[in-house]
Amino acid sequence: MDPKPLRAEPLVSVRDLSFYRDRRLIFQGLNLAIERGKVTAIMGGSGVGKTTLLNLIGGRLIPAAGVITVDGEKVSTLPRRELFRLRRRIGMLFQSGALLTDLDVFENVAFPLREHTHLPESLIRDLVLMKLELVGLRGARRLYPAELSGGMGRRVALARAISLDPMMVMYDEPFAGLDPISMGVITKLIRELNDALGMTSIVVTHDVTEASAIADYIYLLDQGRVIAEGTPAAMQASTAPEVRQFMGGLPDGPVAFHYPAGEYLADLLGS
Amino acid sequence: MDQDWRIVSRIRHIGRRVLDGVARLGRAVVFLVRLVPGFSVMATRASLVVQQIYMTGVLTLVIVLVSGAFVGMILALQGYNTLVRYDAQSSLGLLVALSLVRELGPVLTALLFAGRAGSAMTAEIGLMKATEQLAGMEMMAVDPLKRVVAPRFLAGWVAVPLLAAIFSAVGILAAYVVAVSDLGLDGGVFWAQMQSGVSFTNDILGGVIKSVVFGLVIGWIAVFEGYDARPTSEGVSRATTRTVVTSSLAVLGLDFIMTAFMLRGL
Ligand SMILES: Nc1ncnc2c1ncn2[C@@H]1O[C@H](COP(=O)(O)OP(=O)(O)OP(=O)(O)O)[C@@H](O)[C@H]1O
Ligand SMILES: [Mg+2]
Repeated sequence: MDPKPLRAEPLVSVRDLSFYRDRRLIFQGLNLAIERGKVTAIMGGSGVGKTTLLNLIGGRLIPAAGVITVDGEKVSTLPRRELFRLRRRIGMLFQSGALLTDLDVFENVAFPLREHTHLPESLIRDLVLMKLELVGLRGARRLYPAELSGGMGRRVALARAISLDPMMVMYDEPFAGLDPISMGVITKLIRELNDALGMTSIVVTHDVTEASAIADYIYLLDQGRVIAEGTPAAMQASTAPEVRQFMGGLPDGPVAFHYPAGEYLADLLGS
Repeated sequence: MDQDWRIVSRIRHIGRRVLDGVARLGRAVVFLVRLVPGFSVMATRASLVVQQIYMTGVLTLVIVLVSGAFVGMILALQGYNTLVRYDAQSSLGLLVALSLVRELGPVLTALLFAGRAGSAMTAEIGLMKATEQLAGMEMMAVDPLKRVVAPRFLAGWVAVPLLAAIFSAVGILAAYVVAVSDLGLDGGVFWAQMQSGVSFTNDILGGVIKSVVFGLVIGWIAVFEGYDARPTSEGVSRATTRTVVTSSLAVLGLDFIMTAFMLRGL
């Protein structure tokens, strides 16, 4: 007998994914798996499609080919109602924060609770204050998004992403714009949420140190596919040139820094 | 040869504009159909709609009151000036009331509403799109069509007829004040003529139907333009302008069509 066959299956699996923007290829034959209960980091240069990947997993974009399953459900063919039911169990921290500018911090964090539950006001208040306390912004609850700094806004967005205690949280650049202290706190928070609440976390980041500190497993993307994967230790120890280049932050190597372009000199000479 | 090419490219340009316009119209119709299920907010979250009615009402009420009063006073002066030539100044109340209730109330209110609240609606939705707020809602499993767009659309639809009624009422009162105090007409005659001359089914109902149609069209254009805007500052500002221009033209065109049908007694 197979004990709990579902648990063994990864929470998110991406198989042979292809995706285009206009005619430009973003992903081709991308394969990856996000294990349950783990923190998985997705790394890669700016513009490789990390945010796009999260949107594909969340069902906001439809792949040209390939299959994405989340908790056993095929995201791209799910009817809207089912898709929305699935999304209730997924929290997402947007790269831009995407806070609702007409609502103050408190109401932003309360928004998913008000939309999806019928909890009494006193309970909503307690839940919201708990989430805000976790990100250290309980005192900022009456401020509006326009009155927050970039890093504060990101922390509010984080509090909102976890307000429904989702099974999975996707963090798009959670560390961008944070000072070292908040960075340490947020790193610890993501880890603790993951372990204490049994969540699964996907962390998109550029930051090699943070990714190594936080992740159980790292995927490195380039040119539309996974070019390396492994535990942080394995990645650090890797001898593959593209991994060494990325982990060491070296400008020269197989990973391109430039967006695809024509010959530089020809461009300057205007031909 | 060169000449030919220029003509061809001009025709091609015109063709592209026409195709673009038809495509936009198609998108707008599809959008309206997708919006219909969102009308259930009326039943489930009526407070969202009421809040929007309040917002649009507050935006537009003062300008409607002031414009209504001025239009009423102008109508009284001009109408008196014409009627007095035929010694028919006792019909001034009737003239003013019919003009306001059948035409000026619905049309001017709609134009003011498009400029004030319609443009604001477009800008608001467009900005929410540009700043990823709508995308964020979708990822939180909240349908922005239901949560953001439908309440605004419904609010516009309800607010225009209400504001048009206020416009006409204020206009008639202002005309009365001018007629009695400035033109020296008898107040009782003013009201009596109005009461006997204005028909509920033809005049008042006709005006209400017009303003309901205007509310629908302005709300539709405003939310569609916002939702369809390119998510940039320029895209939003263009969409806002388009809302005002398109809905003003639509209001005047539809007014002509509806008036033609109503006067033939359809
Ligand atoms: N709405 C869009 N329309 C067209 N192209 C887009 C759009 N959004 C993103 N792209 C393109 O898709 C590619 C991947 O973008 P994406 O935002 O996923 O990058 P990213 O890996 O998240 O980068 P960063 O680390 O800078 O956030 C980019 O090259 C970008 O030009
Ligand atoms: Mg990104």
